[in-house]
Amino acid sequence: MSWTTVCSLDDILPNAGVAALVNDTQIALFRVDDKVYALANKDPFSNANVLSRGIVGNLQDTLVVASPIYKQHFSLEAGTCLEDDTVSVPCYAARTEGGLVQVQI
Amino acid sequence: MSNPQRLLIVGNGPVGHQFLESIVESGKAGNFDITVIGEEPRAAYDRVHLTAWFETRQAESLNMVAEGFYANNGIKAQTSEKVVSIDRAAKVATTDLGNTYPYDKLILSTGSYPFVPPVPGHDRENCFVYRTIEDLEAITAAAQNAKVGAVVGGGLLGLEAAKAIMDLGLQTHVIEFAPRLMAVQVDDGGGNLLRRKIEDLGVKVHTQKNTQNIGDGENCLHKLSFADGEELETDILVFSAGIRPQDALAHQCALEVGQRGGIVINNNCQTSDDDIYAIGECALWNQRIFGLIAPGWDMARVAADHVLGGIEGKQFNGADMSTKLKLMGVDVASIGDAHANTPGAKSYTYINEQTEVYKKIVVSEDGKHLLGSVLVGDAEDYGNLLQFALNKIELPEHPEAMILPNLDGSASVGLGVDALPDVAQICSCNNVSKGDICAAVQGGAMTVGDLKACTKAATTCGGCTALVGQVLNAELTKLGVEVNTDLCEHFPYTRQEIYHLVRVGEIKTFDELISKHGKGKGCDICKPTAASIFASCWNDYILETSHAGLQDTNDRFLANMQNNGTFSVVPRMAGGEVTPDGLIAVGSVAKKYNLYTKITGGQRVDLFGATVDQLPLIWKELIDAGFESGHAYGKSLRTVKSCVGSTWCRYGVQDSVGQAIDLENRYKGLRSPHKLKMAVSGCTRECAEAQSKDVGVIATEKGWNLYLCGNGGMKPRHADLFASDIDTATLIKYVDRFLMFYVRTADRLQRTSVWMENLEGGLDYLRKVIIDDSLGICDELEAEMQHVINSYQCEWKTTIENEEKVKQFRSFVNAEQGDKEIVFVQERGQIRPATDEEKRLNSNLIAVAS
Ligand code: SRM
Ligand SMILES: Cc1cc2nc3c(=O)[nH]c(=O)nc-3n(C[C@H](O)[C@H](O)[C@H](O)COP(=O)(O)OP(=O)(O)OC[C@H]3O[C@@H](n4cnc5c(N)ncnc54)[C@H](O)[C@@H]3O)c2cc1C
Ligand code: SF4
Ligand code: FES
Repeated sequence: MSWTTVCSLDDILPNAGVAALVNDTQIALFRVDDKVYALANKDPFSNANVLSRGIVGNLQDTLVVASPIYKQHFSLEAGTCLEDDTVSVPCYAARTEGGLVQVQI
Repeated sequence: MSNPQRLLIVGNGPVGHQFLESIVESGKAGNFDITVIGEEPRAAYDRVHLTAWFETRQAESLNMVAEGFYANNGIKAQTSEKVVSIDRAAKVATTDLGNTYPYDKLILSTGSYPFVPPVPGHDRENCFVYRTIEDLEAITAAAQNAKVGAVVGGGLLGLEAAKAIMDLGLQTHVIEFAPRLMAVQVDDGGGNLLRRKIEDLGVKVHTQKNTQNIGDGENCLHKLSFADGEELETDILVFSAGIRPQDALAHQCALEVGQRGGIVINNNCQTSDDDIYAIGECALWNQRIFGLIAPGWDMARVAADHVLGGIEGKQFNGADMSTKLKLMGVDVASIGDAHANTPGAKSYTYINEQTEVYKKIVVSEDGKHLLGSVLVGDAEDYGNLLQFALNKIELPEHPEAMILPNLDGSASVGLGVDALPDVAQICSCNNVSKGDICAAVQGGAMTVGDLKACTKAATTCGGCTALVGQVLNAELTKLGVEVNTDLCEHFPYTRQEIYHLVRVGEIKTFDELISKHGKGKGCDICKPTAASIFASCWNDYILETSHAGLQDTNDRFLANMQNNGTFSVVPRMAGGEVTPDGLIAVGSVAKKYNLYTKITGGQRVDLFGATVDQLPLIWKELIDAGFESGHAYGKSLRTVKSCVGSTWCRYGVQDSVGQAIDLENRYKGLRSPHKLKMAVSGCTRECAEAQSKDVGVIATEKGWNLYLCGNGGMKPRHADLFASDIDTATLIKYVDRFLMFYVRTADRLQRTSVWMENLEGGLDYLRKVIIDDSLGICDELEAEMQHVINSYQCEWKTTIENEEKVKQFRSFVNAEQGDKEIVFVQERGQIRPATDEEKRLNSNLIAVAS
């Protein structure tokens, strides 16, 4: 699979997220200490495309984003939901190359 | 196996039910053939909380019998059936339905009945008693066509009935034979104060009135004539002149009864027939009837134990009749020898007519022990005093300190719970001792909620809740369990502590805060909390790069996110005032962007259905039309509601709209632990509902009355009257101080109502801090508020003027289009989010306007 360039790292505020559209798929990109992570943007609990707007942080050893609607936490590295192990969101490979953010979808 | 023993329980009230529960708890219910017969149309219900029936008017809410209790334990329960005779020789009971029930052991739990004085006319229409759900239903029905209600009897139950009648909207009278209210429990001083407080609520109290006749009235249904020649007209009459033990069956089958009624029992609760027990309000022990629930439950446990063969050897040894109640919103408590009848007893009395508080303690001749107490208006000391009395704990050298207010702010003289012996009874309703609570804590209970579940402590009258909490905390501390009040895993501090760290260390960013005082990367608990504290202290623009990622959902986009990911837009309309041009501007923006429009509960207009990229465009137009952010998204000042006030209203005594607008403009943008709401009414009719707000202001002839810490929402709380007849300058000064003190000390997401409930010392303490400056911090509080006011900015104005910030509102970082999945349908002439079903059927969907 090839890498798609989405935006520059500066387009994402430190320790926050943005939404992006890649091949018609809505994804959520997060920037944590200059590393980037990519999840699907759709919150499975509300079906709204909002995960990019959640607060990022960590719970124990897991980097997470909290859904802005009902506050469940999703792992940035795996997409799994910490409150309900039957639920997860798609998780994509992401990296920065020369100040640009790239993902594999 | 021999036939199981037949247990027959007559009377299915709270005490009869407790007997059944005790048998079931022993695990031996299977050894018996159990039948319970009750005359009322339903099984046992919570008579103590009878008045709560008015809240739901559903009998179900008072039910005491767990689902399946009878079936699962093989108990036969008969309702609407009355036992009319007992044949002791044949050991069989006969009912009004003609059924016969043989027994081996018979339990009489027939309770008591209200005494109705034999005054001529006592049986007229619309004359009631106050004992059963049916009584309350009948009173409610009669109240519909009545204007005036009167209660005969000014005791505990009479006042409760009066409250109910008042709440039904009737003009209410209480008629008492004795010279004071609650003659049994309180003394003259307490009774007088209680009377004043109750009259303040609009209830007319008539003492020393001997009713001699009830006849036809002229303006009302009845006319009462008193011995002193006076008269009173009323439509409804409720008798609450005391209770009498229901001992008819005992008379019929010739059991020993007391001279003034009551079935005589011994310490096992056996009557003069060894196979018949009597428990609860029908029983007479040591010449005494106990008209309270707790002794009844005690008797039930004793009788059950005895029927089971005396496994635990329980005995009934009398009961303490101390009580604490809230009568018509007035705290009243009475402990032990309230009337100082013990020879040599000395008393101390504290009366404060300003705050309407009366406290008395009665001590032994040598001053060493507490014998009794009366508290009216403030019964917070009840738990402490009761423990002193019950456990004969030696009093401090100056016992009066126990009821004197501690004006210097030092800790009140109470007793540490450590001083209590393990046998000290903490919850008298459920007979839970300090030892029981400690054992439960050792067994893993960590909260008052846990303790309620496993010990039942604090689940009945609630009077012991504070003490239960103290024992819990003391025991947890002893076990080395830290009561964890950390904000989250990243900060070992409470919100209040973090506030101080930020303020004192002049910390301005989250990175600095977490590197100095926390660990990890933060989370959705600590980040918004820190963001709110930064805003309260320094009031920087909240979408500053270092702050933006900390903000909760709504603050991050300066708008409230809705269930489909769109946002709402609420422009500020201070005091609910808006010009026609303003309304037209809001209307045209809504029309242009096809937004759903609604008037909010906060007297302004909400526009729903905006996508994230539309927000800056919409706000630009609103700001050009003269609007600013309404902060509907923030934990900050929301609205200051107003009534139309003296400018237009014929009753208004001050300009409430002007005052509301001034308050709203002064405090707009203030970030706080939770949202803040205010209202100003132009007169006592209170059309702005100010008493349900965090800050409520009601105009008086002389100025303003200030109410604090009210709340609507899930758990409504009426605001407390904080200061009366103050001028505008004083009002502003108090509100400044109040808000900043709350911002400093509250927990995260704690409304002022809950904050106040948890504030040690409550309203009086708050008055001391804010009015008397007892902590010496008022200058600081005012200066901090002034800083917030001076640094106010409309966040939306700042945002639309900054191109970089506007970019944050794109739907996608890499595409110039909106979220195609956001679709609406038309309803009542406006849009609303399409449901999943509608999206699937693809029927009449409307996309976002661009
Ligand atoms: C829009 C409005 C309903 C309406 O259409 O009338 C509303 C809507 C919401 N209310 Fe409210 N409340 C609205 C007036 C009220 C009122 C009435 C009032 O203010 O006079 C109350 C009761 C009074 C009170 O707060 O004491 C009220 C009690 C609540 C509560 C319960 C608070 C509590 O302490 O129990 C919540 C939940 C919370 O804040 O945690 C809440 C939360 C909410 C939220 C923010 C829920 C959410 O997180 O999405 C709603 C979204 C607002 C939005 O999207 O714009 N809303 N809400 C009202 C906005 C008023 C305004 O102009 O700003
Ligand atoms: C409005 C109100 C408020 C109160 N507030 C408090 C309070 O705050 N604190 C407190 O401690 N106490 C309070 N009490 C008192 C408390 O309710 C009583 O102590 C308690 O109900 C006594 O329980 P019991 O089972 O002994 O009697 P009851 O509750 O009277 O139950 C007896 C039952 O037996 C039935 N019965 C009687 N005779 C027969 C028969 N022959 N055959 C079949 N059934 C029969 C009756 O119909 C009744 O249902 C209050 C009472 C009222 C009315
Ligand atoms: S509160 Fe008083 S002044 Fe205000 S509208 Fe109501 S009646 Fe008029
Ligand atoms: S004392 Fe009544 S519930 Fe504990």
